[in-house]
Amino acid sequence: MSAPVQSDVAIIGGGIMGASAAFFLRRHGLSVTLLETDKVGRQASGTNFGNVRRQGRPIFQLPLANRASRIWRTARELLGSDVEYLQSGHMRVCFSDRPENVGAMEDYATKAREEGLDLEILTGNTLRARFPWLGPEVLAGSHSAMDGHANPRLAAPAFARAAIAAGAQVFEDTRITGAAKIGDDFELEADDGRLFRAPVLLVTAGAWAGKIATQFGEDFAITPRAPTMSVTEPVPYAIEPSLGVMTALEVETVYFRQVERGNIVIGGSTRAPSYPDEYRSYVLPESTMTQFEHIRRLAPVLANLSIIRVWTGIEGYMDDSLPVMGPSSNVPGLYHAFGFSGAGFQLGPGVGETMAELIATGATDIPLAPYSPDRFGK
Amino acid sequence: MVEKRVIVVGAGPAGIRAAETLVAAGIRPVLIDEGRRDGGQIYRRQPDGFTRSYETLYGTEAARARAVHDTFEAIRDRIDYRAETLAWNVSDGRLWTARDGEAEAIPYSALIVCSGATDRLLPVPGWNRAGVFSLGGSQIALKAQACSIGSKVVFMGSGPLLYLVAAQYVKAGANVAAVLDTSPFMKRVRAAPFMAVLPDLLFAGVGLMRTLKTAGVRIATGITPVSIEGSDDTGVSGIRYTDGSGREQHMDCDAVAMGWHLRPETQLADIARCDFAFDAPTRQWLPVTDDDGRATSDGIYLAGDGARVLGARCAEVTGRLAAMAALSDMGIAGDPAARQSLLAEKARYRRFAQGLAIAFPWPHELAANVPDDTVVCRCEAVTAGTLRETVDIGGATETNRAKSFSRVGMGRCQGRYCGNASAEIVAAMRREPVEAAGRLRTQAPVKPLSIATVRNEA
Repeated sequence: MSAPVQSDVAIIGGGIMGASAAFFLRRHGLSVTLLETDKVGRQASGTNFGNVRRQGRPIFQLPLANRASRIWRTARELLGSDVEYLQSGHMRVCFSDRPENVGAMEDYATKAREEGLDLEILTGNTLRARFPWLGPEVLAGSHSAMDGHANPRLAAPAFARAAIAAGAQVFEDTRITGAAKIGDDFELEADDGRLFRAPVLLVTAGAWAGKIATQFGEDFAITPRAPTMSVTEPVPYAIEPSLGVMTALEVETVYFRQVERGNIVIGGSTRAPSYPDEYRSYVLPESTMTQFEHIRRLAPVLANLSIIRVWTGIEGYMDDSLPVMGPSSNVPGLYHAFGFSGAGFQLGPGVGETMAELIATGATDIPLAPYSPDRFGK
Repeated sequence: MVEKRVIVVGAGPAGIRAAETLVAAGIRPVLIDEGRRDGGQIYRRQPDGFTRSYETLYGTEAARARAVHDTFEAIRDRIDYRAETLAWNVSDGRLWTARDGEAEAIPYSALIVCSGATDRLLPVPGWNRAGVFSLGGSQIALKAQACSIGSKVVFMGSGPLLYLVAAQYVKAGANVAAVLDTSPFMKRVRAAPFMAVLPDLLFAGVGLMRTLKTAGVRIATGITPVSIEGSDDTGVSGIRYTDGSGREQHMDCDAVAMGWHLRPETQLADIARCDFAFDAPTRQWLPVTDDDGRATSDGIYLAGDGARVLGARCAEVTGRLAAMAALSDMGIAGDPAARQSLLAEKARYRRFAQGLAIAFPWPHELAANVPDDTVVCRCEAVTAGTLRETVDIGGATETNRAKSFSRVGMGRCQGRYCGNASAEIVAAMRREPVEAAGRLRTQAPVKPLSIATVRNEA
C-alpha cells in the first residue's frame, strides 16, 4: 500500500469549479490534490449548454459573475489553450403573450447597472432591425454585449491541465468512498484503498456533493436533473448572440447559440430525472419535441435545419435553485461549492478563484451570505 | 388479452422474413422502412419507369431478390407498412419515428431491429475529395439511377463487395480502371477451408473475378494506398499506391469507390441500452445477442447485417429466427425443428464470415498510421493530427473522450465512417489494443431530424 497523498488542500469533484479552484489555489502557493471519480469535466461541466451569461442571474450573484467574466475574457492567456470563448453578446427575450415581462426586464436592467452589468432593452423595429430572424411572437429583448459563450467540453479540462502545469496533482478515475476528519486532517479513501490527506477539504462534487457532506453530518437535499440539449448540422456563422427566453413556464425556457464553426447548440424546454448513482442520464424524446416547438417560436428560421445529436448530463439542483458556497459552520476546514442548479458554467472560474482566495487568505470581497450552506436550517 | 404489438425496423431481407414469420403466426406487425420501397439496400427496387430485369439488377442473386420482393407483396395487406419513415429514438418501451415532418411514439412488446450495414471506411489522404464514394454508394448509383460514379473508376478496399460492385460496373458497361485490394492474395488461400462451407457463395466470388479478368480489369492485391490525388475545385484526378512488391504506382481516374467490408448499423440497439461486446476477428463492437437474436434489453431482437455482418442470404435466416424468438417470448410456440434447421444454417454463414475476415482483413495498421494532415472525420473536418493531440496533449484515454475534445465522430454521420479508424488511432497512440479505446456511444437521433418536426399524438 502506497503512502497517503498529503497536500494543503484536497478537492473532491473535478468539474469546472474544482479544476479552477485547483488552478487558483496553486497561484496562492498552496499544494493541491484534485480528486475526480471519472474524467475531469465529464459531468455537468462538460454537458451543459455553454452559456457565459450574467444577465438573468439574481442580482446578488452579479459580483461573482463579474469576477468570472473577467477570467473568461483572459482564459486563453491564463490557460494556454483555447476554450472557444466567444464574447458575442447574450440576449434574453420575452414573448408577446407575457407583456409584463418587459417591465421586469427594465427593472432588472436598472438594478444590474448598479452592479456593473450594462443591458440594452430592445423592442419593436430596433429589435427587428438588429435581429431580423427573431419570431413574430418575440416582444422585447435585453441585450448584454459583454457576455457570450464557450465550449463546455474544453473548459474544465483546460483548467485542470493548467493546474497540473502549475503543480497541482489531479487524480482521475478516483472515486472517494470514505471521508472523515481525523485530528487536523481530512482523510479521504478511494474505492481502491488509496488515501489522501489534507487539512482543508473543498467539496465541488455537484449532484454527488450530498453524499460527501453526509459523511460530515451535513445534509443537503440535492435533486439530480438532466437538461435537454441538441445541436444542428453546421451552417454559415450568422447569429452572434447567445439567446434565451425569459418566462416562468419551464417548457418555454429554450435557448440557443451558434458556434463559430457553424453548428447551432439548442437547450432547454424541460429537464428529465437523472441517475447519479449509475452515472447515467437520458434525453427524453418528448422533451426534444417540446424543445423544437418553442425554439421555432423564438427563431422560426431554425425550422430549416436538422439536429444531428442530442445529449444531457447530471446537474445538481438545490430546493431554491441557488448554489451553496462557503465554509461549513460545523466542520473547521471543510468548504462547499456545489448545487449550481443548472446555472454554474459561467460562474465556474469565479467560484474557483473565490474559493481559493477564501481558503488561502480567510476572506473574500465577494459577499457570500446569500450562498450560505446554513440557509436550509438544518 | 392485451394486443401485442411487434415492430420491425428495416424492410430488407431480414425485416421482410421477420414480418412474414409474424404474419404467419397471426400478428400484424408494423414495418418501418427508411426506404421509398421495400427491398433494403441489397435488393433495392429500381425507380418507377425503369425497366431493367432482375437478372440485370441483381445478377446471381436475382432469384433471391425476386423471392423477397414477392413475399413482401404477398404480406403487404397484412402488415402496417410505413415507407420513408425514420426510426430515430427508443425510449421507455416506445419506438420514435418521423415521417413527413411528423414524429410518433409507437409502443411495442417486441422490437425487431433489422437496420442493415454501411461501408467500413478507412481514411486515405484525399478521401474527402469530390469523386470519392463508398462501395455501397457507388452501387446505389448504379442500381437506383443506372449511373456510374465516374468515367474512369478505381475500386479500392477489401472484401467481397469490392469485387461485386466492380463486376456490376463492368457488366453495366462502365469503365473500371482497376481493383486495388489491400489484402494479399495468400490470405484467401488460408481462408478457403472456412469459405468451403458454402461452396456456391465461394464460386460466386470466383465468378466475379472471372468477369473482371475477362473484361481486362487490372486487379492488384496486397496494395497500400498512398493518396487520392486531385484538387478541391475539380475533384479526383488519380490515385497513388504501392503495389504488393513495394513499388509505388500511379493511375489516372476521376472517381474512386472504396470500402473495407461492412459495419452494422447498431444505433437503435445502443439507444435501447443493449450490451455490446468486442468482436476480435472484425475488430468491431457488436451488440450482444443469443443465437436467436435476443439482445440484452427486454423486448429487443436484432437480425440481419445490423446485428452482425453475415450477408443478405443469412439475413433471411436471422430475420426468421428473431421473429420466432419474439413470438416464443410472447407465448406463441414455433416449430422447434424449423428453428434448429435455421440455427444450423446460420452457423454455416458464421463460419463463412470467419473466412471472409481472414481473406479480407480490415487493415487496422493503415488506419492507425494515417498521416497527421489527413482528415479522419469528414463531417467535422478533423485531421489525424488533431485527434492524436487529444491523446498526447489532452490526455484522452478512449475514443469518446477524444471525440469530446476534437469533435471526431460528432458530425452528421455520428462516427459511422470515422469511428473504426479513430479508435485504431487512439489505441495506437496509447499502445493499447483497440478494444481499450472503447466505442463511440450513440446519441439520438439515429439520423438528422428536422427541427420542423411536430409530434403527432394521435
